[in-house]
Amino acid sequence: MAKVLVFIDNPGQALKKSSLELLTIARSLGDTAVAVNGPLNDDVAGAFGANGATTIFRPSSDDLDAYLVGPKAAYLAGAVAASGATTVLLENSFDGKEIAARLGIKLGAGVITDVVAVDPDGTAHKSVLAGSYTTTAKATTAVSVLTVKPNSVTPEPAAAAASPEVLTVEVPESASAGAARITGRKDKPASGRPDLAEARIVVAGGRGVDGDFGPVEELADALGAAVGASRAATDAGWIGHDAQVGQTGKTVSPQLYISAGISGAIQQKAGMQTAKVIVAVNKDAESPVFEIADFGIIGDLFQVLPQATEEIKKRKG
Amino acid sequence: MKIIVLVKHVPDAQLDRHLSGEDNTTDRADSILSELDEYALEAALQLIEARGGAKAGNQVIALSMGPAGAVNAIKKSLQIGATEGVHLRDDALAGSDAAATSFALAAAVRHLGADSPVDLVLTGMASTDGETSLVPAQLAERLDLPQVTFASELEVDGGRVIARRDSDTHYDTIEATLPAVVSVTDQINEPRFPNFKGIIAAKRKTITTLTLAEIGVDPTQVGKAGSWTTVQTAAARPPRTAGTIITDEGDAGIKLVEFLAAQKLL
Repeated sequence: MAKVLVFIDNPGQALKKSSLELLTIARSLGDTAVAVNGPLNDDVAGAFGANGATTIFRPSSDDLDAYLVGPKAAYLAGAVAASGATTVLLENSFDGKEIAARLGIKLGAGVITDVVAVDPDGTAHKSVLAGSYTTTAKATTAVSVLTVKPNSVTPEPAAAAASPEVLTVEVPESASAGAARITGRKDKPASGRPDLAEARIVVAGGRGVDGDFGPVEELADALGAAVGASRAATDAGWIGHDAQVGQTGKTVSPQLYISAGISGAIQQKAGMQTAKVIVAVNKDAESPVFEIADFGIIGDLFQVLPQATEEIKKRKG
Repeated sequence: MKIIVLVKHVPDAQLDRHLSGEDNTTDRADSILSELDEYALEAALQLIEARGGAKAGNQVIALSMGPAGAVNAIKKSLQIGATEGVHLRDDALAGSDAAATSFALAAAVRHLGADSPVDLVLTGMASTDGETSLVPAQLAERLDLPQVTFASELEVDGGRVIARRDSDTHYDTIEATLPAVVSVTDQINEPRFPNFKGIIAAKRKTITTLTLAEIGVDPTQVGKAGSWTTVQTAAARPPRTAGTIITDEGDAGIKLVEFLAAQKLL
């Protein structure tokens, strides 16, 4: 049976939804091993078992977080050798993609990013050119390294739980020699809203909000949604860059994307193209966003959004 | 200071973009300098300007790998302020994936560092066509240099590079020794536009063309032959069609919620 290795960086107190998705995909491909970095508590170890992992690897070194990317790739290369894995799955974050990048060179393995599905034969499915094409791609090497976008599958536990054995992978001291060091870390204040890249619903504002994200945020909170923004809105400083959706920001694939005051130029459409349902609110009837909206409202977002927020609150009681 | 900035000639993201041919490669008509590379170029120019600029012997070399048209990305970089251009051009490079690209670029960087050492290789955070963000990290791995990527602030001082890297939950300060591979985000600066003086000056700047043989790369190590991934199929996403469009008559907010309820999205 094919062996699959899943990298989980600092699982913390409980596994994230995106980690459970990786484990679900891994199980569909073969016998699953997990390579963890950082502390591993009993609950998380139990969750790995419940998700069918037969082996948990941990690094011999506890300071991989002191360095950027390189030493984590060296650790994973060791875990691939120890597990005999032919497929490695990582999350599709900046760190995930860069660890995959370096792991690929270390192993002579093809790397495919932004994957949304993997066939049993290792064929990966992804969107390219900002969602205008869907492609299938495959590594031509013995090992393939894939970074998988969140919301790609519905996470499910294994039919039969496993009792994984925990093994240590030696990380060579040379792995951190010359690597860039992380010398300071400042936490950002938590918003309390779902993560934009993983959210089921996104409410996004553009130039039309004219400096006031209040109505966008209130509708997002009524829906339990994440808040997004066009580049015009983040460049104007109306909201943090973290909220930017589209080409140079985050790619999102939510069930529902509500765009408010976004005209829908090609780059903005790119940010919403892979959403299942698109709702658009814009004053200008000629806005290109109405060409792709499933439900479009020609109207003032400062009237429409608060009314919708009230109605949702009323219905939810 | 000697800085190499990697620049890529990519299809204009403001226009419709296409894949073409049997091997599903990107159609490169209507291409421009990748917008995200302008931030790397600006960062490089600011670094050398703080050190006396080109007059003081500082270099910003715009290096592009690509077919004949890629020279336009180099020319634009020279107009913006790069001091010289290098075009790595060879038919065998066609169809290179990130691994093959990083192999060829690593050889080119070594070649350009043969006479005097390179201090920094600067890149954008991604190309706006492939969008994988793999090449900077793979280049660092191949050159065995520190990787300082997704920098939203950058400082070079006393043989060290110090950068800020933002994630969703925190800001990190990253430090490494020179030489290093650094990628920068679109948050780092406001790229300048070429001015008339720059456009005239660019005509006198040198563009060197390099072939694979000149940088010691065997053609089988790059291009489709040297790639570790292959695109098997590509299908244009069916265009989304417009749904129901209404004009607000005072109750559009309620109609919006009714639509969501009907779609079971509440």
